[in-house]
Amino acid sequence: MTRYIRRAAGFCLLLLLALLANAARVQLFEAGELNTNPANRRTTIDRYDQPRGDILVGDEPVTGSKDTGEQLAYERTYRHGPLYAPVTGYASQTYGTTLLENAEDGVLSGTDPLLAPLPLWGDVTRSRQPGGDVVTTIEAPVQRAAYEGLDGRRGAVAALDPSTGRILALVSSPSYDPELLSGTGSAVTGAWERLNRAQSLPMLNRAIRQTYPPGSAFKIVTAAAALDAGVVTDPDAATDTPSPYVLPGTSTTLPDEARGCERASLAEAIRVSCNTVMAHLGVEVGLDGMLEAVGRFGFNDNDLKIPSRVARSNFDADMSDDQLAQSSIGQFDTTATPLQMAMVASAVANGGELRRPHLVDRVTTDDGGTVREQGTDSYREAMDPATARQLQRMMVDVVENGTGANAAIDGVTVGGKTGTAQHGVDNSGTPYAWFIAWAQAPDSGPPAVAVAVVVEDASADRADVSGGGDAAPIARAVMEAALEG
Amino acid sequence: MTATTADAPPPALRLPKRRGVELSLLIGAVIVSVYGYAAVGLARSGAVPPDVAGYGAGLGLLALLAHLAVRFRAPFADPLMLPIAVLLNGLGLVLIYRLDLETPSDRAATTQLIWSTLGVAFFIAVVVLLRDHRVLQRYAYLSVATALVLMIVPIFFPAVNGAKIWIRFGGLSFQPGEFAKILLAVFFAAYLAANRNALAYTGRRIWKLQFPTGRVLGPIVAIWLLSVGVLILERDLGTSLLFFGLFVILLYVATGRTGWIAVGLLLAAAGAFAVGSFEPHVHSRVEDWLDPYATIDAGQGPSQLAQSLFAFAAGGMLGTGLGLGHSILIGFAAKSDFILATAGEELGLAGLTAIFLLYALLVARGFRAGLALRDPFGRLLSVGLASILALQVFVIAGGVMGLIPLTGMAMPFLAQGGSSVVTNWIIVALLIRVSDLARTPAPGTATAPAGEAR
Repeated sequence: MTRYIRRAAGFCLLLLLALLANAARVQLFEAGELNTNPANRRTTIDRYDQPRGDILVGDEPVTGSKDTGEQLAYERTYRHGPLYAPVTGYASQTYGTTLLENAEDGVLSGTDPLLAPLPLWGDVTRSRQPGGDVVTTIEAPVQRAAYEGLDGRRGAVAALDPSTGRILALVSSPSYDPELLSGTGSAVTGAWERLNRAQSLPMLNRAIRQTYPPGSAFKIVTAAAALDAGVVTDPDAATDTPSPYVLPGTSTTLPDEARGCERASLAEAIRVSCNTVMAHLGVEVGLDGMLEAVGRFGFNDNDLKIPSRVARSNFDADMSDDQLAQSSIGQFDTTATPLQMAMVASAVANGGELRRPHLVDRVTTDDGGTVREQGTDSYREAMDPATARQLQRMMVDVVENGTGANAAIDGVTVGGKTGTAQHGVDNSGTPYAWFIAWAQAPDSGPPAVAVAVVVEDASADRADVSGGGDAAPIARAVMEAALEG
Repeated sequence: MTATTADAPPPALRLPKRRGVELSLLIGAVIVSVYGYAAVGLARSGAVPPDVAGYGAGLGLLALLAHLAVRFRAPFADPLMLPIAVLLNGLGLVLIYRLDLETPSDRAATTQLIWSTLGVAFFIAVVVLLRDHRVLQRYAYLSVATALVLMIVPIFFPAVNGAKIWIRFGGLSFQPGEFAKILLAVFFAAYLAANRNALAYTGRRIWKLQFPTGRVLGPIVAIWLLSVGVLILERDLGTSLLFFGLFVILLYVATGRTGWIAVGLLLAAAGAFAVGSFEPHVHSRVEDWLDPYATIDAGQGPSQLAQSLFAFAAGGMLGTGLGLGHSILIGFAAKSDFILATAGEELGLAGLTAIFLLYALLVARGFRAGLALRDPFGRLLSVGLASILALQVFVIAGGVMGLIPLTGMAMPFLAQGGSSVVTNWIIVALLIRVSDLARTPAPGTATAPAGEAR
């Protein structure tokens, strides 16, 4: 029997060896794959196991974290949620992240290798650093002026510092409180469904993710193209454009709402916003020339990031001359984000040099040490400096003597351009009111702020809608806040 | 070596009692457990749990009482068995306490400590009252009758989580089938010890296999079929598998007929295939085993087995540390059937290997006692009890780690479950009793012929 007992013991030993081999298989060889399985909640639990870093406006954090005591411990909180929602986005345990929360997630959640005290620290220790902070370029008074200016109406504001590209305000209205989406559970899913169903699209970031026909505000781009291409050499010289203007190759006539556009000069056409002159100039520059010019302002760029992706502003590449004529006055398929139009104003204000727009000033560790800094960076050479000077003068004329009078600020040089864009089937929708502008305080250096305002449902009465009436006052308030700051 | 000389008495060595070794190992086992308990608290809240002294004192007292019982009533007993049992039980309490932190409304550690106390009480009772294991041989048929009753009774109680293996009255519930394990081992050992020659040497020879006569084989097969049948009715397939393995091993050890193993494996394969194909509860377990991640692909979230594998994987080589893993994601049965996943995640492959080796050592000491004994009943009993432990560890550890289809069963000493912990203490008590006799220098053997010593 002894031999059989030994054999039975040997069998038990085999069972043990099988268990050990299997344990090594699961814990060593297949572990990597199992650890990264999307159904494995451990990654998620670790992610919410520590407070998330904060997003700062100036010195003040506009976000926070609270310990819920749940399995996913820390939830995002937002101070002034709706005000900064187009900047921060949301960080939800249920729906992931958007905007800055998404673009800077590595820093905020503490996984970015930059935060580690030594290279490869995180890989070696398998540890996560405390979440770093993201300091934005937003200036609270400017942001607030824009938000209050829109006052819940559908629309957006983007403001830039022309000489640096710093985004001073990024407002979309109506907005929402991202904190509603932070956690998990039925309250969160309910809020998500409600926000997504809402007619007013509160979660749409109109400032960078929505494109609108820019209407007459686009005439600044066409004017720059005409000047740079040499189609116009003297902005004050009369052009040979009839009013109304028959679109090339068609019998359709393009009327002017403004008076005095017959053979008006470029400066006059900008001041009173002549459709005919600018459409004609666009055709004279030609499709290739216009495409080149709009590209220098950032149109048709799919890859612009601030660091959140900015929707592509469009100028069609394949058009007949009549379509080109309409496109040149910001109609047809021409669309632009409010940020794009702020960049147009910014390029003019900065002497033709377009700075790369950015929202993040610097990224710091938990205890404030800067680990990454966003410097001023050139984006495009939008136009010739001489062209910029001429356009500055024309835009100032718009505010001082033209359609943009509502944007005038005492003692400050303000240049602007109105726009009232038709849209919808047969232009049946309430027009979009645009105003783009820049402002230069007296005796100071270059213009300190460029702004674009769009108001969607500007007024119930369609006839009264105008960029100068609805959008310009908001732009003025924003510029005043920027100049004071 | 023939079967007859194999049963010759072992050599008469002057064996030291080694009770001092046992006591120092016990102290070590208690210290390790207390350290684990404190580590959980330190990792979770940065402070040693306030009840760590009480826990340590409780476990220490239990260990001391068990040691005293062994010291006075089984002085020649194997010195490793009791410390291993205390260490595993202490570690189990730590793991359950650790999981209790995740389920504040459902605390199990205190209950488990009470059951452990009861288990140690049974341990002491067995060591003190049972002076010679051979007494049990007389009660073979009483054992089997009791075992069958214990297994049948739960059929009349409502099913819990798909298995009808529980008896509940008041707030208490226990699994009578756990105790039936020991009784069946006693019966198998007694019956096979009495009839092994008839089984081995009589009967027909078909092709190369020797089959015993129906008269001898009949009762044992009948009882085995009955017990397995009952288990299938109760859907407790882990225990069913355990009984089957126990039966085959003891039959082989008693008769030495390899044919039995062939027939046994054939029967097992056929039975497993039939049950796996037609019984929906088991079929789903087999499906899970074949592809643990199927439910993830189907968008239903990870299955329990997948969660268990995630836990083991998260542990890696060294583990996350006690209290720092997320094995609670396994959900239902995390403290019982899946307790090993917590060990795997928080102690890593290193800790898991240590636990497996502790079991292996316990099983090996059981076999060792069997080898050293002279009476066939004692030998079969110790082999049976050691095999129960080995098979149980294999079935549940293999199940939760995806080696074999998962069948519900308790990890000996580690898992939450009163009946299981009491049963395992009784098993260890019997092994202690058997090993005491095996190592006691029998009067007269000192003059045994030298030729018989190996």
